[in-house]
Amino acid sequence: MRTVFEKDKMNALADNLAAMDTVKGRSLWTDARKRYAANRAAMVSTYVLLAVVLFSIFGGYFAQFSNEEIDWAILGSVPEKGQPSIASGHYFGADELGRDLYARVIQGSQVSLMVGFIGAFVAVSFGTIYGAVSGYIGGRVDSVMMRLVDILNAIPFFFVLILLLVVFGRNILMIFIGVGLVSWLGIARVVRGQTLSLKNKEFIEAARATGVPTFTIIWRHIIPNLMGVVIVYGSLLVPDMILAESVISFLGLGVQEPQTSWGVLISEGTGTMQYGTIWQIGFPLFFFTTVLFCFFYIGDGLRDALDPKDR
Amino acid sequence: MLNLILRRIAVAIPTLLILTIVTFYLMHAAPGGPFTSEKPLPPQVLANIEAKYGLNDPLWKQMVNYIGGIVTEFDFGPSFKYKDRTVNDIIAQGLPVTLVYGTLSFIFAVVLGVSLGVIAAVNQNSRFDYLAVGFTMFAQVLPNFVMGPILILIFTLWLGWLPGGGWNGGHWQNVIMPVIALGTSYMASIARLTRSSMLEILRSNFIRTARAKGIPERTIIWRHALKPAMLPVISYLAPVFVFMITGSFIIDMVFSTGGLGYFFINSAYNRDYAVMMGITLLLGSLTIFFNMIVDIIYGWIDPQIRY
Amino acid sequence: MKLTTKAFLMATAVTFVSASAWAAGTHPVTGEALADDQTFTYRVLDEHSSVDPQIVEDVSGAEIVRDLFEGLYNQDADGNLIPGVALSHTTNADKTVYTFTLRDNAKWSDGKPVTANDFVYGWRRLADPNTASPYQWFVEVMGLKNSGAVMAGDADPSELGVKAIDDYTLEVTLENSLPYFALTTTHSSTFPAPKWAVDAHGVDWTKPGNIVSNGAYVLTEHVPNERSVRERNPMYWDNDGTILDKVVALVINEESVALTRYMAGELDRTEIPAGQYPSLSKSNPDEAIVFPRLCSYYFMFNMSDSGPEALKDKRVRQALSYAVDRSIITENILQGGQTPAYTFTPGATANFEVPAVPFGEMSQTERDAKAKELMADAGYSDGLKIELIYNTSEDHKKIAIAMSQMWKQKLGVETTLANQEWKTFLDTRGNQNFEVARGGWCGDYNEASTFLDLVQSNSGYNDSKYSNAEVDQLLADAKTSDNPQPNYKRVEEIIADDMPLIPIYHYAGNYMLNANLKPWPVKNAEQNWYSKDLYKVAD
Repeated sequence: MRTVFEKDKMNALADNLAAMDTVKGRSLWTDARKRYAANRAAMVSTYVLLAVVLFSIFGGYFAQFSNEEIDWAILGSVPEKGQPSIASGHYFGADELGRDLYARVIQGSQVSLMVGFIGAFVAVSFGTIYGAVSGYIGGRVDSVMMRLVDILNAIPFFFVLILLLVVFGRNILMIFIGVGLVSWLGIARVVRGQTLSLKNKEFIEAARATGVPTFTIIWRHIIPNLMGVVIVYGSLLVPDMILAESVISFLGLGVQEPQTSWGVLISEGTGTMQYGTIWQIGFPLFFFTTVLFCFFYIGDGLRDALDPKDR
Repeated sequence: MLNLILRRIAVAIPTLLILTIVTFYLMHAAPGGPFTSEKPLPPQVLANIEAKYGLNDPLWKQMVNYIGGIVTEFDFGPSFKYKDRTVNDIIAQGLPVTLVYGTLSFIFAVVLGVSLGVIAAVNQNSRFDYLAVGFTMFAQVLPNFVMGPILILIFTLWLGWLPGGGWNGGHWQNVIMPVIALGTSYMASIARLTRSSMLEILRSNFIRTARAKGIPERTIIWRHALKPAMLPVISYLAPVFVFMITGSFIIDMVFSTGGLGYFFINSAYNRDYAVMMGITLLLGSLTIFFNMIVDIIYGWIDPQIRY
Repeated sequence: MKLTTKAFLMATAVTFVSASAWAAGTHPVTGEALADDQTFTYRVLDEHSSVDPQIVEDVSGAEIVRDLFEGLYNQDADGNLIPGVALSHTTNADKTVYTFTLRDNAKWSDGKPVTANDFVYGWRRLADPNTASPYQWFVEVMGLKNSGAVMAGDADPSELGVKAIDDYTLEVTLENSLPYFALTTTHSSTFPAPKWAVDAHGVDWTKPGNIVSNGAYVLTEHVPNERSVRERNPMYWDNDGTILDKVVALVINEESVALTRYMAGELDRTEIPAGQYPSLSKSNPDEAIVFPRLCSYYFMFNMSDSGPEALKDKRVRQALSYAVDRSIITENILQGGQTPAYTFTPGATANFEVPAVPFGEMSQTERDAKAKELMADAGYSDGLKIELIYNTSEDHKKIAIAMSQMWKQKLGVETTLANQEWKTFLDTRGNQNFEVARGGWCGDYNEASTFLDLVQSNSGYNDSKYSNAEVDQLLADAKTSDNPQPNYKRVEEIIADDMPLIPIYHYAGNYMLNANLKPWPVKNAEQNWYSKDLYKVAD
């Protein structure tokens, strides 16, 4: 959803990048890195995000329990005995079934981050290739391909996703693919626009003149020059994916037990928050919001850093 | 303008046709059928029911009949689950509900979001600005399935001010919480978008010129800066409206508002084929329609854009 | 201004009206003071499918239909038959012909008298293939003459074994002797239907405004997926004895939201979420109620050819069943008054005495030890991998997880959990594409065969495809036996040994129920409740 609201800026960024002389390509990246490093909010967010990622990878070594084992001693009296405590080994408390919330939050973070990254990756890759092919080949192919994007754009996205999950059953792969596949339309448009302007640049024409095959040109010359806009777009898509996963989980169509995700944990925590187990929503929600905040700032930072207009 | 409308309609027809076909086949590919139940029906009973609804015809024929029914009589078929209702009945009942709270949420999000964004931008780096930025970020990421139950806990259980759900013919007391739960995150997005867009405009040359001319700040903001600052916001509005309508199932599930969203979710679970098709088609049409409206408004505000 | 006038009038009323004028506000039998507002509002999880008696197929719909329509007989608070439209019946010697005498003061809500013809019409309508009723098969359960031919469309509905001798005498002819036939007449699909209303409005006849009904209430409002309202029917023959004026069913999807709204006073009844009974019964002791239900919760093994080899070994099935600590599930997870189950048929079933099956008599420690032994004997001491499917629900999820952990810790069995959406689940289970699957079964009537038919080899409900000739014979004999109880007992003993399914617990109904609403029929095992029997006392 955020990607939609950033649409205009994305277009502007794409225009600016396309207008730029591609020979300066290398210095763009050096420059961008410098400017990104100077952006305090973005840098802090990057470190925080890194910390969460590291936590999700290594935090498990400090867990006293696995993510699936039930602490039979507290099952049935979680509100009293399952509170967060260092002494009991349940640092984040226990979930409704007496399972260690610390271990579950870690494992849920892995799933949610993976859905975010892989979903965004699927969307961005597919969208980029689609857009580049459409823009570069042009003509009738272009108009058919773009008409298809128009058509898909009118399809109620969530409904199709629900249908897909119902039809093909739920597994983590399906969720990745599902959320990814319905989010590639925006990037395809942006990339196509940029490809159109790149296509008439001298170095592309030179390649074409020397008989380089079309797909090699797209792969070797067009796509590398699109990386700026693609990276920014990707960073904006990740939080979208994580949010989408949470809604799917709310509907009970998320990952299978004993696997979990932030969405599942938050949705479970919402159901029990009035029964005196506030930690069951508190911890997952904290990680969820923190990571989304980080992505907002990182996305803004990347866009500012990569936009050559301000230089 | 007319050209734009005609072109959109030309795209709309194949779009809806493809949507119909894809949904139809996906739906029939899902395991189980509308009459699969825990106590399986005897074959004879099942055969009678399927004959009544024409479910024993080949798929392509069912689809042709379905599309034929829509085109010739505007009949979207019967509900298999709620046997005293047709899809037309369900839409007639659910759509107004969804549209009412959807529209109110939309107004809430736009009015509050734009005001908050403009005030924050004008007072950049003030305490209000920081507060607004912090609040909007949190509001933007708080899922509405969390927010709904929290609102009910606060306003229904603790304060006792508002009923905890139901629609009650659209009584204002029943509408408040759904509107807030649905609108808040979009309000926050709009506020942040307005703020950043406004800041950019306020830094631009023509505003500097206006300031140099000694035009009062208030006039600068409302007369000169607001209109260009709204352009990115407007292009966001169509998707917002569509998201609000399609995302309304969470509101219907939490607040029992009886809108279309929950009918859709239910129909997917119940394999209530015709209901699912009807709602998907309706929302597809609405999406196309709102995109067109926004294009028209956009062209009107910024005449440089030509389609 | 308005308010002051009202307050003044109220004050006048209290001062001047004598106590006798308030007599209407006391219960005619118990003498309790009644509340002024006789509205009962309750939560339902899902929208009801229909309020057409011959079409309705779900529990929440049948609850509404029982209020709107009245059949030959009703049930009292204990589940015994009491007169409805029928006052009494006689039967011939071999119980193949039943003759019902109907009351002559029963009226439809439009004032027309309720006659035997309305029942004839309703029953023919149920059997008629053109109605396409999902409960069409009920005419076969009732054993009506020619039901099979009518259902298949081979005979005209008029050939069904039911006819009106005169307006107030209904004669029913059965295919075979059926001693318990009268019990079937409390089922909502046997209620009368008003032909004139159905003819006039077609499928729309059940909509408020069109609907004509003969029960204590009429449907006055229905907003699908939000609410349905039924209000007192002044034409009902016992309108004077009916106390509740209005009954409202609200569709509330989220259990926790429903509880919040109950706590806020918006509802008179809602379900207690799993695990919340202990704390709610402490905080609201008058409102949290628990009572046994005629339902069993179990897991079934796939014993068909498509099932895994390991589960064809009786010892493995037994071990998996023994290792499940049922008391943890009932006392620590659900905590809502459910009883651990070692047999399939619940003890609440009429005339059924739960047999003492050997593994039910052991302690859990003994069962665990025995389970390990059995697994070792079967050659799976190193563990086993199985897949367990259940349908999407918080409670099923919790139980499945707990079971998988018990198996893992006690037997080293690795369980893959697969949660499926309802229809997918039914499809998977019905086609034997599973290894272990969840099951829940509620009795259609109050007799053990409604449960045990499930283990009969040719039953359409037997998803585990368990087949045992002795069981089939015992159940077949029970149908014609005067005292089938020993057969049922024997079947339970056999399945406790063969273990085609793992009984987990017998359901309990648990509600948060407004303490002023009385008297909830907790002893009616089928939970056939009638709003006309309820009332609200004053605070």
